[in-house]
Amino acid sequence: MIETLRLTAEDAAGMLERGEFSAAELRGAYRTAIDERDPELHTFLTTVDEAEGDGVPIAFKDLISTRGVETTAGSRILAGYKPVFDATVASRCIDAGLPLLGKTNMDEFAMGSSTENSGFGPSRNPWDPDRVPGGSSGGSTAAVAAGLAPWALGSDTGGSIKQPAALCGVVGLRPTYGTVSRYGIVAFASSLDQIGPIAKTVRDCALLYRIVAGRDPCDSTTVELPQPVELPEAEDLRGLKIGVPKELNETEGIEPGVSEQVNRSLALARELGAEVEECSLPRSVDFGLPCYYLIAPSEASSNLARYDGVRYGYRAEGDGDIRQLYARTRDEGFGDEPKRRIMLGTYALSAGYYEAFYGQAQRVRTLIKQEHDALFERFDLLASPTSPTVAFRLGERTQNPLAMYLSDVLTIPSNMAGMPGLSIPCGLSDGLPVGLQLIGPQFSENALFRAGHALEQALAFDYVPERLR
Amino acid sequence: MSWEAVIGLEIHVQLKTRTKMFCRCAVGALDDPNTRTCPVCLALPGSLPVPNRQAVEWTIRLGLALGCEIAGHAVFHRKHYFYPDNPKGYQISQYDEPLCVNGRVRLPGPDGVAEIGITRAHLEEDAAKTLHVGGAEGRIHGATASLVDFNRGGTPLVEIVTEPDIRTAEQARRFLQLLRQTVVELGISDAEMEKGSLRFDVNVSVRPTGSDELRTRTELKNMNSFAFAARGIEHEIERQIATYESGGQVEQETLHFDPNREDAPPLRSKEEAEDYRYFPEPDLVPIEPLREWSLDELGGKLPESPSARLERVLAAGLELRDAEALNAEPARVSLFETIGEAGVEPRAAAAFVLNDVAPRVDPARVDGAELAKVLRERDQIPREALDAAVAASASKGFTADEYLRERTVADASELDPVIDRILSENGQQVEAYRGGKEGLLGFFVGQVMRETQGKANPKVVNERLREKLKT
Amino acid sequence: MISREEVLHVAGLARLELTEEEVERFREQLNAILEAVGKVAELGLGDVEPTAHPLDLVNSWADDEPRPSLSVDEALANAPDRDGDLFRVPAG
Repeated sequence: MIETLRLTAEDAAGMLERGEFSAAELRGAYRTAIDERDPELHTFLTTVDEAEGDGVPIAFKDLISTRGVETTAGSRILAGYKPVFDATVASRCIDAGLPLLGKTNMDEFAMGSSTENSGFGPSRNPWDPDRVPGGSSGGSTAAVAAGLAPWALGSDTGGSIKQPAALCGVVGLRPTYGTVSRYGIVAFASSLDQIGPIAKTVRDCALLYRIVAGRDPCDSTTVELPQPVELPEAEDLRGLKIGVPKELNETEGIEPGVSEQVNRSLALARELGAEVEECSLPRSVDFGLPCYYLIAPSEASSNLARYDGVRYGYRAEGDGDIRQLYARTRDEGFGDEPKRRIMLGTYALSAGYYEAFYGQAQRVRTLIKQEHDALFERFDLLASPTSPTVAFRLGERTQNPLAMYLSDVLTIPSNMAGMPGLSIPCGLSDGLPVGLQLIGPQFSENALFRAGHALEQALAFDYVPERLR
Repeated sequence: MSWEAVIGLEIHVQLKTRTKMFCRCAVGALDDPNTRTCPVCLALPGSLPVPNRQAVEWTIRLGLALGCEIAGHAVFHRKHYFYPDNPKGYQISQYDEPLCVNGRVRLPGPDGVAEIGITRAHLEEDAAKTLHVGGAEGRIHGATASLVDFNRGGTPLVEIVTEPDIRTAEQARRFLQLLRQTVVELGISDAEMEKGSLRFDVNVSVRPTGSDELRTRTELKNMNSFAFAARGIEHEIERQIATYESGGQVEQETLHFDPNREDAPPLRSKEEAEDYRYFPEPDLVPIEPLREWSLDELGGKLPESPSARLERVLAAGLELRDAEALNAEPARVSLFETIGEAGVEPRAAAAFVLNDVAPRVDPARVDGAELAKVLRERDQIPREALDAAVAASASKGFTADEYLRERTVADASELDPVIDRILSENGQQVEAYRGGKEGLLGFFVGQVMRETQGKANPKVVNERLREKLKT
Repeated sequence: MISREEVLHVAGLARLELTEEEVERFREQLNAILEAVGKVAELGLGDVEPTAHPLDLVNSWADDEPRPSLSVDEALANAPDRDGDLFRVPAG
């Protein structure tokens, strides 16, 4: 009997190599765990019975196209849609021998911070099933936290890997924009979407990032990594300068319990040899969220125009001309949040508003990037809480879109700047995990892994949810 | 009051790249339906565009040929509209940062050269093809369903927009003709209207001659030939003038012609204010041509423009019809010019190239200088000898000598002694001829030809004989 | 403030046939969101270049070499309605 709750991907790979169990037995153990715990948590939308690969199995967020396996992006409008091609990241996982366990739940089209916007019902947090796992990659992070998958791929636009990783007590990397292919990823906001790894440890994240990263000829916005991915070994932080932007650490709405754990981690970082110093991102935090909520919905309104009931996906029944078919298909097929963002984005791009909204937001984006660049001349990394709060209760924020949007207030600024960010669990507040966000300049993943790993060792956070131990 | 027309053109040219603009499906709009598709051109979720480098290079070459400035920084934009032939819900096009801007094309004509401004030339993707079924043959009105074939979707398309510098339907026709030739000769498009690889819309308005106002314009769509377009424009100009002269106002509208029925009146529709919600395509990065190409190098490799050729040919004094017929192929013009340089008068040279050479041999392979030697002597050789020379002129090793050997004796001073001798030897027949048996002329010609072993020029012999037999 | 008519206009542009209830709800929510995001207008940024992309990449493209297309059956595998090898939709 393989116990999946504690098993890291790296350990599993070692055990496979040593012949302690077979890949089929390993997959079987995860399938058993899914059968046992997923009825409560609802982290998977689809499980796969047969998959190739003799390596450590993996789960994909349901916006990663998988040939022949239903891919819905959490939307009813794509119910039943089976891609005829694999996303590049899916191909790379297949090439690396990682068999697919299944497709994980998510907010519809990755629009949300709790998975409550899924067209197929929310996922639940393994630490407390009355609470959300965060989102939009909440299915992936909850599955990893609950031992239903050793690792998973998620996507992050405004914080959709980092925030749910924090809320579920797992590690998540949002890579530098352009280092992981988006080909085959159901698009939300093209200039922000990135695929990244979710796992129990920083080293597992680095291993998975190594598999999926690199230029893809099918995605003309990708680049080759400037350095190969290094597996972190060091347990100290000597020579590392960490900036602590006060706006990211003191903004209104950060729970005291969250601040406490983050401050404890920063004290630990000093003990490990890092220089930790306060700094400032004067406008990035105030203007990051408004900027994001103009750019992302504008791009989304465009990316979601293809769901028209012509070539795939849901088509409304009934008579009428093509215009009525479109309008009814889209009204019936999309949930509230995509509709809201399509409306917002369409409005922001429409005649007379472009300059004031989208154009201005792009300029704000330049400003945010400049502010980050300036800090990275002084610091190697920046640190803050990942989420202002621990996991909140289901239903708590669904009636107020703006309150939900605030869940990403700390992850959005560096995303707008195209910077990578790593969230590692750094303690508990009221028995729920708190995430520490580490942000680096573009292409600094190795530095993030190194710092994350050293802190992880020192923090010794137990990633198995208390109620499942 | 006298009126003048203000005409602008918007031309779409499909590039003949091997693959589509943003995916590597082979281009094949006319292949079996939906056999040239992939996740990208079907807009499957998650697919991403990757630009075709060749299409970018060709657009730049065209821009250079049209006298455009090539942008240092060009961007693709998304243009949004919903239609089944537009699977992404947006077309990837260019907006305020196109590849080529501010061009000028010289438009030679019988009344001199007009300059037509090129506002822009940009790169975009073609739409898929919809077939309308259930209604009248292929037309959208009354159809019950549309069927979509995505083969054509994503074919590279260059859009060329002119300034409203064109003043007559005939100028519009000539411009389209020259533009078509330009892209064909650059080798970047078949530009065949029947196949849809060249399409255009025309904007027409009128104003009092000499004024610089711009009045309400109408847009003419779906015309299937340049001549048809010229007639459509002509009608529209007359209609607008008549409207103003009767105190009316021209409405902004679109005239949709039926490409299958030239005589059918165009369907008129109100122009809806479109809101395309352009924004920079976030799946693509900008193009900076100067980092990839040397414009001098690209420009240096351009063939001579059909416009420059036409200008030269017209300057030689030819009628527009002949000038355009010559200009249809660069080789015709160069043959025309070689022959001209050899001393043949332009109209005769043009007639020879068009009537004698072009129907029989490929002018590009003709040794013009040698053929001109024969042509210059056309009055001195038998007609058959000239024909034979034309037929052989495209063959390897062709020389004029062989055909000039058949040069005839046309000099009267050489022929007269022979003719005199024959007339004196045949007194009886001379008497009979003068008595009215004029059919005997042939007998004398035959005698002269025999005496000169066929070298005598029959035309001169005839003339001389008639002259001498008169008295 | 975005009006009911504007909501309907935008919904038309986006091809969303909203119910009465949705029109009113979206109007209120959009107004709240627009008020919040309108904050970007506070910054005077006339001289700042817009950022369309986080990376400064240019000239990313592919050579004009064909790759295999999908089979017709793959192309139409998910089609809600087809007529032979063509996608079928109501007429416009």
